[in-house]
Amino acid sequence: MGVDQPVVLVTGASRGIGRAIALAFAKAGYKVGVNYVGSTEKAQAVVAEIGAMGGQAVLLQGDIASASQVDGLMQQLMTAFGRIDVLVNNAGVTRDNLVMRLKEEDWQTVVDTNLKGAFLCSKAASKVMMKQRYGRIINISSVVGQMGNAGQANYAAAKAGLLGLTKSLARELASRNITVNAVAPGFIQTDMTDKLSDDAVAALTKGIPLNRLGQPEDVAQVVLFLASSAADYITGQTINVDGGMIMA
Amino acid sequence: MSDIFEKVKAIVIEQLGVEADEVRMEASFEDLNADSLDIVELVMALEEEFDIEIPDEDAEKIKTIGQAVDYIKQNK
Repeated sequence: MGVDQPVVLVTGASRGIGRAIALAFAKAGYKVGVNYVGSTEKAQAVVAEIGAMGGQAVLLQGDIASASQVDGLMQQLMTAFGRIDVLVNNAGVTRDNLVMRLKEEDWQTVVDTNLKGAFLCSKAASKVMMKQRYGRIINISSVVGQMGNAGQANYAAAKAGLLGLTKSLARELASRNITVNAVAPGFIQTDMTDKLSDDAVAALTKGIPLNRLGQPEDVAQVVLFLASSAADYITGQTINVDGGMIMA
Repeated sequence: MSDIFEKVKAIVIEQLGVEADEVRMEASFEDLNADSLDIVELVMALEEEFDIEIPDEDAEKIKTIGQAVDYIKQNK
């Protein structure tokens, strides 16, 4: 890619999988844009941790479901680092309920952040990547988008939507040396899964051939691989990091 | 006017990789083998060069080099 220190933007980087991705990129020598919407202290801690390991990071507050806020944080990133080599669309929220009880606003919030947010960030980043004739976009989907999950119709629909976005964008941007791929994590130990009861975790684990939950770092390493030159010939694909839950 | 044409011409040559004598006022982007993504890129480059904003509705109507030159002349 011709630059010593490439630049990555990770959305929803204050905790969980996003945090692990931001730290993994920093460790690999990338300059990191750490986006978050509400958890200011946690996001600041990620930036501080990157600084402590001798890396460079910039804090980018903004709701990715808003086009104007996305444009604003992309401008801040450009001002700070001057380019964007990798976009990781990671930010996601859940509002779980059975469809029959699911409120329209809870459907909308999840689709707006998890799916529309990825579209808005990809749109803004691809303008810059097209000029650079280089870019990597990696969407964090979920096994739930592939197999469905009772109580998560909104989340599953948004995560499945990300796979359609991934493939379409991969086709649109391939001629400009921009690859677009997705990673589908299974059950990863984060705040999102810590909410589950022990019984629920035990039941879930039964469906995982490797017989355990994954760690955020397991996902981060695959994202880092897809951003690396080792993955130059891979586009439009989904890689599962799920302990074998889904075998296509 | 010719000044704008020369600048547009330079951008078109650079973006589309065509020969200078192909870039005439009446030439359409289709004639120059531009695909939809090429045209998006071209519009972005024109916006930058002339420091204007070309809304998508207007960009869709610009089909030839001459139309691009006229649009820039009127909106600059």
